[in-house]
Amino acid sequence: MNKYVERLYNGLIKENPTLVLMLGMCPTLAVSTRAFNGIGMGLSTTAVLILSNLVISLLRKAIPDEVRLPAYIVIVASLVTVTELLIEAYLPSVYEALGIYIPLIVVNCIILGRAEAFANKNKPLLSVMDGIGMGLGFTVALTLAGLVREVLGNGTAFGLRVLPKSVEPMGIFVQPPGAFLVIALFIIIMNAIGIKTRQKNLVDGCDGCCAKCMSSCQKALPVQEKKAEEVTE
Amino acid sequence: MKSLILIIISGALINNVVLNQFLGICSFLGVSKQMKASASLGGAVIFVITIASAVASLLYDYVLKPFGLDFMKTIVFILVIAALVQIVEMFLKKTSPGIYKALGIFLPLITTNCAVLGVALTNVQNGYNFIESVLSGFGTAVGFTIAIVLLASIRVRIREEDLPAPLRGAPIVMISAALMSIAFMGFGGLSF
Repeated sequence: MNKYVERLYNGLIKENPTLVLMLGMCPTLAVSTRAFNGIGMGLSTTAVLILSNLVISLLRKAIPDEVRLPAYIVIVASLVTVTELLIEAYLPSVYEALGIYIPLIVVNCIILGRAEAFANKNKPLLSVMDGIGMGLGFTVALTLAGLVREVLGNGTAFGLRVLPKSVEPMGIFVQPPGAFLVIALFIIIMNAIGIKTRQKNLVDGCDGCCAKCMSSCQKALPVQEKKAEEVTE
Repeated sequence: MKSLILIIISGALINNVVLNQFLGICSFLGVSKQMKASASLGGAVIFVITIASAVASLLYDYVLKPFGLDFMKTIVFILVIAALVQIVEMFLKKTSPGIYKALGIFLPLITTNCAVLGVALTNVQNGYNFIESVLSGFGTAVGFTIAIVLLASIRVRIREEDLPAPLRGAPIVMISAALMSIAFMGFGGLSF
């Protein structure tokens, strides 16, 4: 397989950032109340991810290793601000629906994770393809979660009624608890049919350092756990 | 006075930061394995969010707004928070080694916790003044601590249970979180 096409396959299926790598849980849980919101959030994140991968890949030889994380954060924050202003100007309804979660794309683990794990080691074009793949994988997962919640909780799909009027929608699914339930359901299904996910990352791996999840955190983890034990004793 | 108390209660219980707004999910699910660790993280979060919302509020009111730079708030806040955590860490190390020992290892991890940036941005969006921002930050962080300590105590109990294989690990933790979230929805009925 062509290595560029391979990046798309990798992002969409093999290493799907939400369903397999379990990254970016905050926006996944928060904005998946409607399928359209999922698409809006997914595509905004994709845009930021493609551009940040491109810029970081172009600058990979210029940024000194010691200050790379602050440098990445500045790059990502600038791109997010630009995206936010564009959405506010041209898609006011999306801006209303997503609200504070648009500026919070800055702290989405997927973006800094890909910068660390891929863009700072690879050529620009390949990094862009990786951004497209990962972004679309995130979009698909968000839309899927949004679709399930919208059908169960509101009886509609993409705003169109799918359940007959006689079926009472279960409102809890569009409320906050529904987000946890639907994502738990996805993981249960993947576990049951034997798809390996990195859920250990979620519940006992990554200890709060969202953005560094992917690489640095995993290396540092044994040391930190040791320190944590010392402290708790 | 009444509105100030309301801000704290609303931040801590009604709009609970993890169970209602889904900010800081990574650390909520990741550090809730043991009671002690989650309580220390909660302490560190209270400390950092309160200071961060104070600094962010001052910066916004006296630097960003007068110069018409409020579109820069995301960039400025994330950098200020990252720098602030470093400074707080160094300061604590020098002045109070006791607190540093209890909270120290969690401080650097909080930099990228989306709850910190989320609170700073929400305060600006709601047009809170300095005192309101500090109280809202404090309330939110207390809400985070309540939620993570409760989840940790539930997880200690379900660890030994004989669960169906597909439910083990993340799913059961998420289902527990969903039930907690349903319970916290009850606070939405509070009226003053």
